[in-house]
Amino acid sequence: MSWNELVGMVIIGVGVAFDVFGCLGLLRLPDVYNRLQAATKCVTFGTCGILLGIFAMKGFSGLGVKALVGIPFILLTSPVGAHALARGAHIFGVKLWDKSVIDRYKEDRGKKPRL
Amino acid sequence: MNTYFIILIGCCFACLVRAWLGRSIPDRMVAIDIMGTLAVGMTALLAVMTKRDFFIDVALAWIFLSFIGTVALAKYLGHKTLDE
Repeated sequence: MSWNELVGMVIIGVGVAFDVFGCLGLLRLPDVYNRLQAATKCVTFGTCGILLGIFAMKGFSGLGVKALVGIPFILLTSPVGAHALARGAHIFGVKLWDKSVIDRYKEDRGKKPRL
Repeated sequence: MNTYFIILIGCCFACLVRAWLGRSIPDRMVAIDIMGTLAVGMTALLAVMTKRDFFIDVALAWIFLSFIGTVALAKYLGHKTLDE
């Protein structure tokens, strides 16, 4: 096993570990919003880690460059989707967790008419 | 590499458990969204494992399909209680 493959396997391992922790958060946390932030952040970074590891493993070949191109796409699209989901869940009327202390979005939405 | 793939399949089953238990509609949507992002990583791993390069094209397309699906579901969710 050459150095390229070794570094790639280590980075892919870090990404898979982030994926595991994100899914653990998705299972264990008490609220839609908590689950959304834990799972989205961890799984986005984990998938970026997998793609970066593939780039480190394959170098500037067709596969490696395509994996490198995928990273900014995931970093752009995944938080936008998560934000839209959180906003939709809040408008849909999902209650916050009992021990949540503040709800800024509710205060902001009370001020102006809903679009 | 096979170990990583099996671990990711386990993560997908965790997402399915959350989509099954749910307790509200946005919970299930979040689980399906996360499962789409996991599938991108699994497909990219598959491209390395099987030494067939076209799987990475599948992964690149899957990113955008997952994003469009999530935004459409969120739009549906946000407008459901409005008077439109």
